[in-house]
Amino acid sequence: MNVKVIVFLFLWPFGVLAQGFSGLGTGGDGFTMPKPQPAFSFPADHGPHPEYRIEWWYITANLNSPDGTTYGLQWTLFRTALAPGEALGWQSPQIWFGHASVTTPDQHFATERFARGGIGQAGVEASPFRAWIDEWALQGADFDLMNLTANGPDFGYDMLLQATGPLVLHGDKGYSVKSAEGQASYYYSQPFFKIGGTLKLPIGDIEVTGDAWLDREWSSQPLSDDQTGWDWFSLSFDSGAKLMGFQLRQTDGSLYSSSTWIGSDGATTSYADGAFGATPLSTSLIEGKDVPTSWRVTLPDQGVDVFVKAMNPDAWMGLSIPYWEGPVNVSGSHTGQGYLEMTGYE
Amino acid sequence: MIVSCLRALLSHWRRNPVQLFAYLAGLALATALWSGVQAINAEARASYDAAATTLGEGQYDLLIPWQGDRIPLDDYISLRRSGWLVSPVIVGRLDDIQLVGIDLVTSATGLGTGNVTSVPLALASETLLANEDTAQKLGPLVNVTVDASIAPGMAVGDIGLVQRLLGRDDLSHLVLLPDQSLGQPDLSVIVPSLRIQRAQQVTSISQLTNSFHLNLTAFGLLSFAVGLFIVHSTIGLAFEQRRGMIRTLRSLGVPLRILLTLIAIEMLTLAAIGAGFGIVLGYLIAAFLLPDVAATLRGLYGAEISGTLELRASWWVSGLLLALVGTAAALSSRIWQIAKMPLLASVRPRAWVIATASRFRLQSIIAVSLLSATILLGLFVKGLVAGFALLGCLLIGAALALPALAASILTLLQRYTTAPVWTWFWADTRQQLPGLSLALMALLLAVSANIGVSTMVSSFRLTFVSFLDQRLAPELFVQVETKDQSIALAAFLDLRKIEVLPLSKTQVSITNKPVALYGVRVGPTYRNNWVFLDETDGAWDLVAHDTAVVVNEQLARRAGIWVDDLVQVAPDLALPIAAVVGDYGNPQGQVIVSENLFQNLHPDLYPSQFGIRTTEAPALRAQLVNTADIDNNAIIDQASIKALSLEVFERTFVVTAALNILTLGVASFAILMSLLTLADLRVPQLAPVWALGLTRQRLGWLELLRAVLLAAIVVVCAIPLGLTLAWVLLTIINVEAFGWQLPMYLFPLEYVQLGGFALVAAFLAAMWPAIRLMRTPPSSLLRVFASER
Repeated sequence: MNVKVIVFLFLWPFGVLAQGFSGLGTGGDGFTMPKPQPAFSFPADHGPHPEYRIEWWYITANLNSPDGTTYGLQWTLFRTALAPGEALGWQSPQIWFGHASVTTPDQHFATERFARGGIGQAGVEASPFRAWIDEWALQGADFDLMNLTANGPDFGYDMLLQATGPLVLHGDKGYSVKSAEGQASYYYSQPFFKIGGTLKLPIGDIEVTGDAWLDREWSSQPLSDDQTGWDWFSLSFDSGAKLMGFQLRQTDGSLYSSSTWIGSDGATTSYADGAFGATPLSTSLIEGKDVPTSWRVTLPDQGVDVFVKAMNPDAWMGLSIPYWEGPVNVSGSHTGQGYLEMTGYE
Repeated sequence: MIVSCLRALLSHWRRNPVQLFAYLAGLALATALWSGVQAINAEARASYDAAATTLGEGQYDLLIPWQGDRIPLDDYISLRRSGWLVSPVIVGRLDDIQLVGIDLVTSATGLGTGNVTSVPLALASETLLANEDTAQKLGPLVNVTVDASIAPGMAVGDIGLVQRLLGRDDLSHLVLLPDQSLGQPDLSVIVPSLRIQRAQQVTSISQLTNSFHLNLTAFGLLSFAVGLFIVHSTIGLAFEQRRGMIRTLRSLGVPLRILLTLIAIEMLTLAAIGAGFGIVLGYLIAAFLLPDVAATLRGLYGAEISGTLELRASWWVSGLLLALVGTAAALSSRIWQIAKMPLLASVRPRAWVIATASRFRLQSIIAVSLLSATILLGLFVKGLVAGFALLGCLLIGAALALPALAASILTLLQRYTTAPVWTWFWADTRQQLPGLSLALMALLLAVSANIGVSTMVSSFRLTFVSFLDQRLAPELFVQVETKDQSIALAAFLDLRKIEVLPLSKTQVSITNKPVALYGVRVGPTYRNNWVFLDETDGAWDLVAHDTAVVVNEQLARRAGIWVDDLVQVAPDLALPIAAVVGDYGNPQGQVIVSENLFQNLHPDLYPSQFGIRTTEAPALRAQLVNTADIDNNAIIDQASIKALSLEVFERTFVVTAALNILTLGVASFAILMSLLTLADLRVPQLAPVWALGLTRQRLGWLELLRAVLLAAIVVVCAIPLGLTLAWVLLTIINVEAFGWQLPMYLFPLEYVQLGGFALVAAFLAAMWPAIRLMRTPPSSLLRVFASER
């Protein structure tokens, strides 16, 4: 029997195909919709929001080993709900999945996990903070000091994260609009993590340190029907300032963008559609697909005009939902490093 | 030229429709039973495969409990949380449907396998998948989606739904996913109550049912052989009768090669038509037998097979090919004869009637050498292939020896007869032997195969019934689920001062094969009831003193060990075998030790089954339920187990009996066809006898008597042959194929009955030709004298 054909067609957060997005765009089904002017309450809002359709805890990190080699790391826990709310046991409508990857200058390791909610195999608790799927975990006494672990068939890592700055709210106090029609999500970040620990790679264990960025987002309908994918940048400049910017590609070729300028003290300036610009400069052929791996990124209001280039173009996440995610180097008006995520190039 | 040539050839069949019928029907019968049996086998195998796929058996390693068949959900979570990538499965019965619950999210074929966008909505829809039959049975209970790929008698759904339907909150086993992650701790540290069962260690249901299918195949092959006898004789006759036509055609200038090609095409096309009928007939036979076969397999092995038959290429193509190859073989010698025949050879219809003594002698020589080979094979060669070679030599040798044997019996009878009519009768019978010999051989094969197979099946039944008596001596059996229950029940029964047979069980590996290790309490029941195949003195005492073990025959034969040899019971403990016990129908090896020794070897395990000897079973049962808190469903009484097991055998008998009748039917058809084809040729031989004053009625009765007499000779020969066949099946084939030997029992009444059937069949077959003879117009008999050829 082919179980594939009986497994539910999930409504993926990064539904990379048009039909995936159309599901997300319709909303309804009893899920709660994000509303403008939210007032987050921490630590409770670090925890899950099962009445919303989708949610994630997303960490990316730029790492350096003592010999100067650069690495990238990703850890994500996704929650997706078949129906709003939570129930105990197998009846829970919540499905969890985890993605983890490590990028080296010439290799990319990626793996994923799946779990049902309600039975204890995966979940998130706000305080003390604990997000886990199988043996993978992001946990700590509070949100400022946490351990991060994941393992795959041929790699793994064990990290310590320490916050050195405040949480950052995107959009309007955390209400982040995703389309001209008003689709939106709740979105905040902790871009000021210092990270250190051990990468377990086939060549052996490697001690690394660096900077990590955590994104939290939840929604019930973040994308509109005519959006086919997105390009998301989180850039940390050597000046200490940071830039989060994304653009959603629409079927008519137009773009919808949004961005947040984060000062080194954590003060934010949000920009609506059109302020942030990202133009592909060259593509790489990865798994038979042309994926842009170098970009010109601009935010004229802050004098940003930079060249963003993938550290390793081959950072393809060949998982059940394929996408590109990897560390980037920044040069031009500003220098630094960061992470790039691109979906919809499938 | 080709067209007119072909028309000339085909005109033969128009003038001899009975021959055409014999040819087509012979092929149809040969193909029918063969393809019918193959259809059943193919259907069953497909069902086994579907079941294995549905359950994921044999594909993945599994985590299963050391004891029992239930895993708490917490164990699953502990494993996942420590990095063991496993997926839960629950298996249980809802009425007579096996429900399989899987976690659609973590299963090996679930979300991780890729194309998520084509994955449909099952979790939210709360639906079970089942084939059409099962879906109907599940009916209003639950949403069911029909999926033909699901094994019969099974329904698959999400684990949450299946747990709810079964009223359970635990799991049955965990599938160990192929790609595990780094840093995994030892299983014994996380969940010591589980062990890994490697995929290749699973005894598949198809292995279990092999013996049954072998039986069916043997029947199919037998009837195929009988059918080919018919074809062979018909082809022979047709060619003899067409000698004149062939001579004429060649004289008219038809090249030999074209003629031969046309004959080959003609015969093979007809063969294909006959085989086509056979396949249709085979489908009908299979459809008729399938319900009983399905019931047998379910009862005997717990194997579910589909109740509906599919037209699978595997069986109908094999039937067609076999029929064509068989025909081609029969054809080749005839074509060779034509090729060598001088252009203007005599057209005198030598027919097959004029087979000479030299042909008998040749047959006898071959028969003697085949039978000698049989003896040599039986004495000196081992192995399954040798066993089948032996069977082949025995059957063919015996069949070939039959005409010579019958001829000498007839000669003997003739010598002791003085009346002229009877002297003529014996001589005439002997003279007919060559023409009838193929049909008689077919009858011999059919009767002896029936004797052999029914002896085997009946012996199996007798052995199995006494084996059941041996093994099911306790009046009550109680199954417990937990250690606490086990201890409480043991204490409860101890107070009653009755004999209790606690049974502990686990899987161990001996010579790299999974073997069941049992711990038993040696007591009067074991000492008095168990019959050993071989034993040392005081076998049970040795076992009770922990100084020896009992093993079953399967393990002994497979591992090549016997009484007094050592068995590695544990890594640091080897004990001698005190006795070997017969264990019928079970494919797995067993080692039996005392309960003390078992407890020392596996201190964590507890007895999960208790046999109880009591004279007041109903009263004790009530006490167990009311006082000892045992669930009524956990108590099974001996009578119901026995009844269930015996019912299975009744089903097996229905199948065997049906096949018996079919093979006998095929054989009597062979006799009918031989007699009919001979009838015309015999008119010139009978005319003088008629002219001498024997009435046509008298002649007809003599014909009938002859058929019955020849059948009687065949039956007399068939009984020793059938018994030899049974002996070979029981002591050689069975041991080689399945690892256990069956004692042979004799059933004289059954043989008499079978013999009676054979005589009746011969009588019926001879009736039509005899009636035709009685009604032959005197004018045609007179014409024999008028138009001497």
